[in-house]
Amino acid sequence: MSSTAKVSLATAWLDGCSGCHMSLLDLDERLIELAQRADLVYSPIVDTKELPACVDVGILEGAVSTAADLKKARLFRERCKYLVSLGDCAVTGNVPSMRNTFPLKDVLDRAFIENVQAQPQHPITGVPALLQVVRPLHHVVPVDLFVPGCPPSADTIWYVLTELLAGRTPDPARVTHFGA
Amino acid sequence: MSRVQPPGPHKIRVVTLQIDGRDIGAREDETILEVARENDIPIPTLCYLEGLSTWGACRLCVVEIEGTTRPQSACSTCVAEGMKVITNSERLERYRRTILELLFAERNHVCSVCVSNGHCELQQLATACKMDHVRFKYRNAPYQVDPSHDLFRVDHNRCVLCTRCLRVCDEIEGAHTWDVMGRGVECLLITDLKQPWGESQSCTSCGKCVQVCPTGALTKKGTAAGEMEKHGSFLVYLTEMRGNR
Repeated sequence: MSSTAKVSLATAWLDGCSGCHMSLLDLDERLIELAQRADLVYSPIVDTKELPACVDVGILEGAVSTAADLKKARLFRERCKYLVSLGDCAVTGNVPSMRNTFPLKDVLDRAFIENVQAQPQHPITGVPALLQVVRPLHHVVPVDLFVPGCPPSADTIWYVLTELLAGRTPDPARVTHFGA
Repeated sequence: MSRVQPPGPHKIRVVTLQIDGRDIGAREDETILEVARENDIPIPTLCYLEGLSTWGACRLCVVEIEGTTRPQSACSTCVAEGMKVITNSERLERYRRTILELLFAERNHVCSVCVSNGHCELQQLATACKMDHVRFKYRNAPYQVDPSHDLFRVDHNRCVLCTRCLRVCDEIEGAHTWDVMGRGVECLLITDLKQPWGESQSCTSCGKCVQVCPTGALTKKGTAAGEMEKHGSFLVYLTEMRGNR
Protein backbone atom coordinates (compact mmCIF):
# COMPACT_ATOMS: atom_id res chain seq x y z
CA MET A 1 0.00 0.00 0.00
CA SER A 2 1.43 3.33 -1.06
CA SER A 3 1.87 6.01 1.56
CA THR A 4 0.69 8.78 -0.74
CA ALA A 5 -2.58 7.38 -2.10
CA LYS A 6 -5.33 6.64 0.39
CA VAL A 7 -6.15 3.03 1.02
CA SER A 8 -9.68 2.02 0.02
CA LEU A 9 -11.77 0.15 2.57
CA ALA A 10 -15.07 -1.64 2.06
CA THR A 11 -17.20 -3.30 4.73
CA ALA A 12 -20.44 -5.24 4.83
CA TRP A 13 -22.44 -7.31 7.26
CA LEU A 14 -23.77 -10.70 6.34
CA ASP A 15 -25.66 -12.71 8.99
CA GLY A 16 -24.53 -10.85 12.09
CA CYS A 17 -26.00 -8.45 14.60
CA SER A 18 -24.03 -5.45 13.24
CA GLY A 19 -22.20 -5.35 16.55
CA CYS A 20 -18.84 -5.54 14.79
CA HIS A 21 -19.77 -2.40 12.85
CA MET A 22 -20.82 -0.76 16.14
CA SER A 23 -17.30 -1.54 17.35
CA LEU A 24 -15.93 0.08 14.21
CA LEU A 25 -17.97 3.21 15.00
CA ASP A 26 -16.69 2.98 18.57
CA LEU A 27 -13.32 4.07 17.17
CA ASP A 28 -14.79 7.51 17.97
CA GLU A 29 -12.30 10.30 17.29
CA ARG A 30 -9.93 7.79 15.74
CA LEU A 31 -12.39 7.67 12.81
CA ILE A 32 -11.07 11.12 11.86
CA GLU A 33 -7.52 9.82 11.77
CA LEU A 34 -8.72 6.79 9.82
CA ALA A 35 -10.48 9.05 7.31
CA GLN A 36 -7.20 10.86 6.70
CA ARG A 37 -5.46 7.64 5.77
CA ALA A 38 -8.22 5.58 4.17
CA ASP A 39 -11.40 5.99 2.15
CA LEU A 40 -14.44 4.02 3.20
CA VAL A 41 -15.70 3.37 -0.31
CA TYR A 42 -18.55 0.98 0.51
CA SER A 43 -20.25 0.10 3.79
CA PRO A 44 -23.66 -0.08 5.50
CA ILE A 45 -22.60 3.13 7.26
CA VAL A 46 -21.95 5.09 4.04
CA ASP A 47 -24.29 5.77 1.15
CA THR A 48 -22.53 4.03 -1.77
CA LYS A 49 -24.80 1.46 -3.37
CA GLU A 50 -22.22 -0.46 -5.40
CA LEU A 51 -19.04 -2.15 -4.32
CA PRO A 52 -16.26 -0.59 -6.46
CA ALA A 53 -14.45 -2.87 -8.88
CA CYS A 54 -11.16 -2.79 -6.98
CA VAL A 55 -10.81 -2.27 -3.26
CA ASP A 56 -7.65 -2.58 -1.14
CA VAL A 57 -9.15 -4.01 2.04
CA GLY A 58 -12.56 -5.66 2.43
CA ILE A 59 -13.99 -6.37 5.86
CA LEU A 60 -16.89 -8.75 6.28
CA GLU A 61 -18.92 -9.22 9.42
CA GLY A 62 -21.40 -12.07 9.89
CA ALA A 63 -21.86 -15.67 8.88
CA VAL A 64 -22.95 -16.85 5.44
CA SER A 65 -26.62 -17.75 5.94
CA THR A 66 -28.48 -16.75 2.79
CA ALA A 67 -28.07 -16.80 -0.96
CA ALA A 68 -27.47 -13.02 -0.77
CA ASP A 69 -24.71 -13.49 1.85
CA LEU A 70 -23.01 -16.00 -0.42
CA LYS A 71 -23.23 -13.65 -3.40
CA LYS A 72 -21.85 -10.73 -1.40
CA ALA A 73 -19.02 -12.84 0.06
CA ARG A 74 -17.99 -13.90 -3.45
CA LEU A 75 -18.24 -10.34 -4.75
CA PHE A 76 -16.04 -9.06 -1.90
CA ARG A 77 -13.48 -11.78 -2.55
CA GLU A 78 -13.44 -10.98 -6.23
CA ARG A 79 -13.03 -7.21 -5.78
CA CYS A 80 -10.95 -6.89 -2.59
CA LYS A 81 -7.20 -7.45 -2.64
CA TYR A 82 -7.21 -8.32 1.06
CA LEU A 83 -10.23 -9.81 2.84
CA VAL A 84 -10.71 -9.66 6.60
CA SER A 85 -13.13 -11.98 8.39
CA LEU A 86 -14.32 -9.78 11.25
CA GLY A 87 -15.95 -11.16 14.36
CA ASP A 88 -17.00 -14.58 15.57
CA CYS A 89 -19.97 -14.94 13.18
CA ALA A 90 -17.71 -14.53 10.13
CA VAL A 91 -14.89 -16.56 11.69
CA THR A 92 -16.83 -19.46 13.28
CA GLY A 93 -20.51 -19.13 12.32
CA ASN A 94 -21.18 -18.25 15.98
CA VAL A 95 -24.81 -17.70 17.03
CA PRO A 96 -26.34 -17.73 13.51
CA SER A 97 -24.84 -21.20 12.98
CA MET A 98 -26.63 -22.60 16.02
CA ARG A 99 -29.66 -23.22 13.81
CA ASN A 100 -27.56 -25.81 11.98
CA THR A 101 -28.51 -28.52 14.45
CA PHE A 102 -32.10 -28.27 13.20
CA PRO A 103 -33.41 -28.93 9.68
CA LEU A 104 -34.06 -25.60 7.92
CA LYS A 105 -37.77 -26.35 7.54
CA ASP A 106 -38.14 -26.82 11.31
CA VAL A 107 -36.43 -23.47 11.89
CA LEU A 108 -38.75 -21.66 9.47
CA ASP A 109 -41.82 -23.46 10.85
CA ARG A 110 -40.94 -22.47 14.40
CA ALA A 111 -40.42 -18.83 13.51
CA PHE A 112 -43.14 -18.21 10.96
CA ILE A 113 -45.83 -20.84 11.53
CA GLU A 114 -45.86 -22.35 15.04
CA ASN A 115 -45.45 -19.10 16.93
CA VAL A 116 -47.57 -16.69 14.87
CA GLN A 117 -51.28 -16.06 14.86
CA ALA A 118 -51.73 -13.87 11.79
CA GLN A 119 -51.05 -15.33 8.33
CA PRO A 120 -48.66 -18.16 9.18
CA GLN A 121 -46.43 -18.64 6.11
CA HIS A 122 -42.78 -18.93 5.12
CA PRO A 123 -41.45 -15.61 3.78
CA ILE A 124 -40.72 -16.01 0.08
CA THR A 125 -40.77 -12.49 -1.36
CA GLY A 126 -38.45 -9.58 -0.63
CA VAL A 127 -36.00 -11.61 1.45
CA PRO A 128 -33.17 -13.84 0.27
CA ALA A 129 -33.57 -17.59 0.65
CA LEU A 130 -31.88 -19.13 3.67
CA LEU A 131 -29.15 -21.66 2.95
CA GLN A 132 -29.54 -25.13 4.45
CA VAL A 133 -26.36 -24.71 6.49
CA VAL A 134 -24.88 -21.52 7.95
CA ARG A 135 -21.14 -21.39 7.29
CA PRO A 136 -18.22 -19.24 8.37
CA LEU A 137 -16.89 -16.91 5.65
CA HIS A 138 -13.70 -18.87 4.96
CA HIS A 139 -15.74 -21.99 4.16
CA VAL A 140 -17.09 -20.23 1.05
CA VAL A 141 -14.23 -17.91 -0.04
CA PRO A 142 -10.53 -17.68 0.86
CA VAL A 143 -9.87 -15.21 3.69
CA ASP A 144 -6.62 -13.35 4.39
CA LEU A 145 -7.05 -12.46 8.06
CA PHE A 146 -9.21 -13.70 10.91
CA VAL A 147 -10.24 -11.30 13.66
CA PRO A 148 -12.31 -13.19 16.25
CA GLY A 149 -14.37 -11.52 18.98
CA CYS A 150 -18.04 -11.04 19.73
CA PRO A 151 -17.67 -8.27 18.89
CA PRO A 152 -13.96 -7.47 18.48
CA SER A 153 -13.36 -4.31 20.52
CA ALA A 154 -12.75 -0.92 18.92
CA ASP A 155 -9.13 -1.21 20.11
CA THR A 156 -8.81 -4.55 18.30
CA ILE A 157 -10.20 -3.07 15.08
CA TRP A 158 -7.90 -0.06 15.42
CA TYR A 159 -4.89 -2.31 15.93
CA VAL A 160 -5.80 -4.40 12.87
CA LEU A 161 -6.46 -1.37 10.65
CA THR A 162 -3.36 0.57 11.68
CA GLU A 163 -1.15 -2.47 11.15
CA LEU A 164 -2.65 -3.03 7.71
CA LEU A 165 -2.27 0.66 6.84
CA ALA A 166 1.37 0.45 7.90
CA GLY A 167 1.83 -2.44 5.49
CA ARG A 168 2.26 -5.03 8.24
CA THR A 169 0.30 -8.23 8.89
CA PRO A 170 -1.49 -7.89 12.22
CA ASP A 171 -1.52 -10.69 14.78
CA PRO A 172 -5.08 -10.45 16.18
CA ALA A 173 -4.41 -13.26 18.71
CA ARG A 174 -2.49 -10.65 20.68
CA VAL A 175 -5.58 -8.56 21.29
CA THR A 176 -8.69 -10.72 20.83
CA HIS A 177 -10.06 -14.26 20.98
CA PHE A 178 -13.24 -16.26 20.34
CA GLY A 179 -16.06 -14.87 22.47
CA ALA A 180 -14.12 -11.70 23.39
CA MET B 1 12.68 -44.91 25.27
CA SER B 2 9.38 -43.51 24.14
CA ARG B 3 7.15 -45.23 26.69
CA VAL B 4 9.15 -45.76 29.84
CA GLN B 5 7.02 -47.36 32.52
CA PRO B 6 7.22 -45.91 36.02
CA PRO B 7 9.89 -47.87 37.89
CA GLY B 8 9.16 -50.49 40.53
CA PRO B 9 10.20 -50.37 44.19
CA HIS B 10 13.93 -49.93 43.41
CA LYS B 11 15.74 -46.75 44.30
CA ILE B 12 14.71 -43.81 42.17
CA ARG B 13 17.60 -42.28 40.29
CA VAL B 14 18.17 -38.80 39.03
CA VAL B 15 18.57 -38.45 35.28
CA THR B 16 19.83 -35.62 33.13
CA LEU B 17 17.93 -34.62 30.03
CA GLN B 18 17.53 -31.68 27.71
CA ILE B 19 14.29 -29.81 27.17
CA ASP B 20 14.45 -27.20 24.41
CA GLY B 21 18.25 -27.24 24.69
CA ARG B 22 18.28 -26.68 28.45
CA ASP B 23 20.09 -29.22 30.62
CA ILE B 24 17.75 -30.37 33.36
CA GLY B 25 18.04 -32.87 36.19
CA ALA B 26 14.92 -34.85 37.14
CA ARG B 27 13.75 -37.94 39.00
CA GLU B 28 13.44 -40.84 36.60
CA ASP B 29 9.83 -41.47 37.70
CA GLU B 30 8.70 -38.02 36.58
CA THR B 31 6.97 -37.36 33.30
CA ILE B 32 8.26 -34.90 30.72
CA LEU B 33 5.28 -32.66 31.50
CA GLU B 34 6.00 -32.59 35.25
CA VAL B 35 9.64 -31.77 34.68
CA ALA B 36 8.80 -29.09 32.11
CA ARG B 37 6.36 -27.42 34.51
CA GLU B 38 8.86 -27.52 37.37
CA ASN B 39 11.22 -25.64 35.08
CA ASP B 40 8.65 -23.13 33.79
CA ILE B 41 8.63 -24.57 30.30
CA PRO B 42 5.05 -24.27 29.03
CA ILE B 43 3.39 -27.25 27.33
CA PRO B 44 -0.32 -26.94 26.52
CA THR B 45 -2.62 -29.53 28.11
CA LEU B 46 -6.34 -30.19 28.20
CA CYS B 47 -7.17 -33.61 29.67
CA TYR B 48 -4.23 -33.55 32.08
CA LEU B 49 -4.90 -32.17 35.55
CA GLU B 50 -2.39 -32.21 38.39
CA GLY B 51 -3.78 -34.35 41.19
CA LEU B 52 -5.60 -36.82 38.91
CA SER B 53 -4.36 -39.94 37.15
CA THR B 54 -2.99 -39.49 33.64
CA TRP B 55 -5.38 -40.08 30.76
CA GLY B 56 -3.27 -39.07 27.76
CA ALA B 57 -6.23 -38.66 25.42
CA CYS B 58 -6.21 -35.08 24.15
CA ARG B 59 -2.66 -35.20 22.68
CA LEU B 60 -2.20 -31.45 23.02
CA CYS B 61 0.92 -32.01 25.11
CA VAL B 62 2.75 -33.83 22.32
CA VAL B 63 6.50 -33.18 22.20
CA GLU B 64 9.32 -34.26 19.91
CA ILE B 65 11.84 -36.68 21.38
CA GLU B 66 15.13 -37.07 19.54
CA GLY B 67 15.44 -40.57 18.11
CA THR B 68 11.71 -41.14 17.70
CA THR B 69 9.81 -40.17 14.58
CA ARG B 70 6.38 -39.76 16.15
CA PRO B 71 5.60 -37.11 18.76
CA GLN B 72 4.89 -38.45 22.25
CA SER B 73 2.50 -37.11 24.86
CA ALA B 74 4.48 -35.33 27.56
CA CYS B 75 1.93 -36.21 30.28
CA SER B 76 2.35 -39.96 29.87
CA THR B 77 6.02 -40.32 28.93
CA CYS B 78 8.61 -40.57 31.69
CA VAL B 79 11.95 -38.84 31.38
CA ALA B 80 15.09 -40.87 30.68
CA GLU B 81 18.83 -40.34 30.86
CA GLY B 82 20.10 -38.35 27.89
CA MET B 83 16.63 -37.70 26.50
CA LYS B 84 16.38 -34.66 24.21
CA VAL B 85 12.93 -33.11 24.16
CA ILE B 86 11.60 -30.31 21.96
CA THR B 87 8.34 -28.79 23.23
CA ASN B 88 7.69 -26.52 20.29
CA SER B 89 8.23 -26.99 16.57
CA GLU B 90 6.37 -26.14 13.42
CA ARG B 91 5.02 -29.68 13.31
CA LEU B 92 3.89 -29.65 16.95
CA GLU B 93 2.19 -26.29 16.47
CA ARG B 94 0.40 -27.64 13.43
CA TYR B 95 -0.69 -30.80 15.27
CA ARG B 96 -1.96 -28.82 18.27
CA ARG B 97 -3.88 -26.40 16.08
CA THR B 98 -5.42 -29.30 14.18
CA ILE B 99 -6.47 -31.06 17.39
CA LEU B 100 -8.17 -27.87 18.56
CA GLU B 101 -9.88 -27.36 15.22
CA LEU B 102 -11.24 -30.90 15.36
CA LEU B 103 -12.50 -30.33 18.90
CA PHE B 104 -14.23 -27.09 17.90
CA ALA B 105 -15.76 -28.77 14.82
CA GLU B 106 -17.02 -31.81 16.71
CA ARG B 107 -19.56 -30.28 19.10
CA ASN B 108 -20.91 -26.81 19.86
CA HIS B 109 -18.15 -24.54 21.11
CA VAL B 110 -19.74 -21.18 20.40
CA CYS B 111 -17.90 -19.11 23.01
CA SER B 112 -20.03 -15.96 22.94
CA VAL B 113 -23.11 -17.58 24.49
CA CYS B 114 -21.31 -20.06 26.76
CA VAL B 115 -21.54 -19.83 30.56
CA SER B 116 -17.78 -20.42 30.67
CA ASN B 117 -16.89 -17.64 28.19
CA GLY B 118 -13.74 -15.98 29.46
CA HIS B 119 -12.96 -18.80 31.91
CA CYS B 120 -12.67 -21.73 29.52
CA GLU B 121 -9.52 -23.77 29.03
CA LEU B 122 -10.47 -24.75 25.48
CA GLN B 123 -10.96 -21.09 24.58
CA GLN B 124 -7.63 -20.18 26.16
CA LEU B 125 -5.88 -23.00 24.31
CA ALA B 126 -7.24 -21.73 20.98
CA THR B 127 -5.59 -18.37 21.66
CA ALA B 128 -2.37 -19.86 23.04
CA CYS B 129 -1.99 -22.24 20.09
CA LYS B 130 -2.96 -19.54 17.55
CA MET B 131 -6.02 -21.45 16.37
CA ASP B 132 -8.03 -18.56 14.91
CA HIS B 133 -10.29 -20.48 12.52
CA VAL B 134 -11.51 -24.01 11.88
CA ARG B 135 -10.71 -25.41 8.46
CA PHE B 136 -12.91 -28.47 8.90
CA LYS B 137 -16.61 -28.72 8.29
CA TYR B 138 -18.54 -28.27 11.52
CA ARG B 139 -20.51 -31.40 12.40
CA ASN B 140 -23.50 -29.44 13.75
CA ALA B 141 -24.69 -32.53 15.61
CA PRO B 142 -26.97 -31.89 18.59
CA TYR B 143 -26.13 -33.46 21.94
CA GLN B 144 -28.35 -33.61 24.99
CA VAL B 145 -28.40 -31.24 27.93
CA ASP B 146 -29.25 -32.82 31.28
CA PRO B 147 -30.47 -30.25 33.82
CA SER B 148 -32.03 -32.84 36.15
CA HIS B 149 -29.60 -32.31 39.04
CA ASP B 150 -30.71 -29.75 41.63
CA LEU B 151 -27.45 -27.81 41.57
CA PHE B 152 -25.61 -28.68 38.37
CA ARG B 153 -26.14 -29.12 34.65
CA VAL B 154 -24.32 -31.16 32.02
CA ASP B 155 -24.29 -29.85 28.46
CA HIS B 156 -22.78 -32.57 26.29
CA ASN B 157 -22.52 -30.09 23.41
CA ARG B 158 -19.63 -28.44 25.29
CA CYS B 159 -17.91 -31.68 26.35
CA VAL B 160 -14.41 -32.46 25.04
CA LEU B 161 -14.30 -35.96 26.57
CA CYS B 162 -11.29 -35.16 28.75
CA THR B 163 -12.76 -37.41 31.51
CA ARG B 164 -11.54 -35.14 34.30
CA CYS B 165 -15.04 -35.44 35.85
CA LEU B 166 -14.83 -39.23 35.78
CA ARG B 167 -11.37 -39.26 37.33
CA VAL B 168 -12.04 -36.73 40.07
CA CYS B 169 -15.29 -38.50 40.99
CA ASP B 170 -13.61 -41.90 41.10
CA GLU B 171 -10.18 -41.04 42.49
CA ILE B 172 -10.86 -38.14 44.84
CA GLU B 173 -14.53 -38.29 45.80
CA GLY B 174 -14.67 -42.10 45.59
CA ALA B 175 -18.17 -42.11 44.15
CA HIS B 176 -17.52 -43.08 40.51
CA THR B 177 -20.81 -41.58 39.40
CA TRP B 178 -19.35 -40.63 36.01
CA ASP B 179 -18.38 -43.07 33.31
CA VAL B 180 -17.96 -43.16 29.54
CA MET B 181 -20.23 -44.90 27.07
CA GLY B 182 -20.19 -45.17 23.29
CA ARG B 183 -17.35 -44.70 20.83
CA GLY B 184 -16.08 -41.94 18.58
CA VAL B 185 -18.49 -39.07 18.11
CA GLU B 186 -21.14 -41.05 20.01
CA CYS B 187 -18.94 -41.02 23.09
CA LEU B 188 -20.79 -39.63 26.14
CA LEU B 189 -19.97 -39.02 29.76
CA ILE B 190 -22.80 -40.61 31.72
CA THR B 191 -24.00 -40.61 35.33
CA ASP B 192 -24.60 -44.03 36.87
CA LEU B 193 -25.98 -46.34 34.16
CA LYS B 194 -26.98 -43.43 31.92
CA GLN B 195 -29.66 -42.33 34.31
CA PRO B 196 -30.50 -38.63 34.61
CA TRP B 197 -27.92 -36.99 36.86
CA GLY B 198 -30.66 -35.85 39.25
CA GLU B 199 -31.70 -39.46 39.79
CA SER B 200 -28.18 -40.75 40.40
CA GLN B 201 -27.91 -42.88 43.54
CA SER B 202 -24.13 -42.58 43.74
CA CYS B 203 -23.68 -38.81 43.22
CA THR B 204 -22.84 -37.02 46.46
CA SER B 205 -23.48 -33.57 44.89
CA CYS B 206 -19.95 -32.53 45.93
CA GLY B 207 -19.45 -30.55 42.71
CA LYS B 208 -15.81 -31.57 42.18
CA CYS B 209 -16.59 -32.62 38.61
CA VAL B 210 -17.98 -29.16 37.87
CA GLN B 211 -14.89 -27.44 39.25
CA VAL B 212 -12.40 -29.52 37.22
CA CYS B 213 -14.34 -29.46 33.92
CA PRO B 214 -12.26 -27.34 31.51
CA THR B 215 -15.22 -26.08 29.47
CA GLY B 216 -18.87 -25.16 29.94
CA ALA B 217 -19.96 -28.81 29.84
CA LEU B 218 -20.39 -29.09 33.61
CA THR B 219 -21.68 -25.96 35.25
CA LYS B 220 -23.56 -24.67 38.23
CA LYS B 221 -27.19 -23.93 37.53
CA GLY B 222 -28.30 -20.32 37.44
CA THR B 223 -25.26 -19.08 35.55
CA ALA B 224 -25.60 -16.92 32.45
CA ALA B 225 -23.06 -16.37 29.65
CA GLY B 226 -19.57 -15.79 31.05
CA GLU B 227 -20.62 -16.25 34.68
CA MET B 228 -19.27 -19.74 35.34
CA GLU B 229 -15.88 -19.42 36.99
CA LYS B 230 -14.28 -22.62 38.18
CA HIS B 231 -11.95 -23.21 41.08
CA GLY B 232 -9.95 -26.38 40.69
CA SER B 233 -7.16 -25.52 43.12
CA PHE B 234 -8.67 -27.71 45.87
CA LEU B 235 -7.44 -30.73 43.97
CA VAL B 236 -3.70 -30.38 44.51
CA TYR B 237 -4.37 -29.50 48.16
CA LEU B 238 -6.54 -32.58 48.68
CA THR B 239 -4.09 -34.98 47.06
CA GLU B 240 -1.18 -33.48 49.00
CA MET B 241 -3.01 -33.80 52.32
CA ARG B 242 -3.71 -37.42 51.51
CA GLY B 243 0.00 -38.04 50.95
CA ASN B 244 -0.53 -38.33 47.17
CA ARG B 245 -2.47 -41.55 47.60
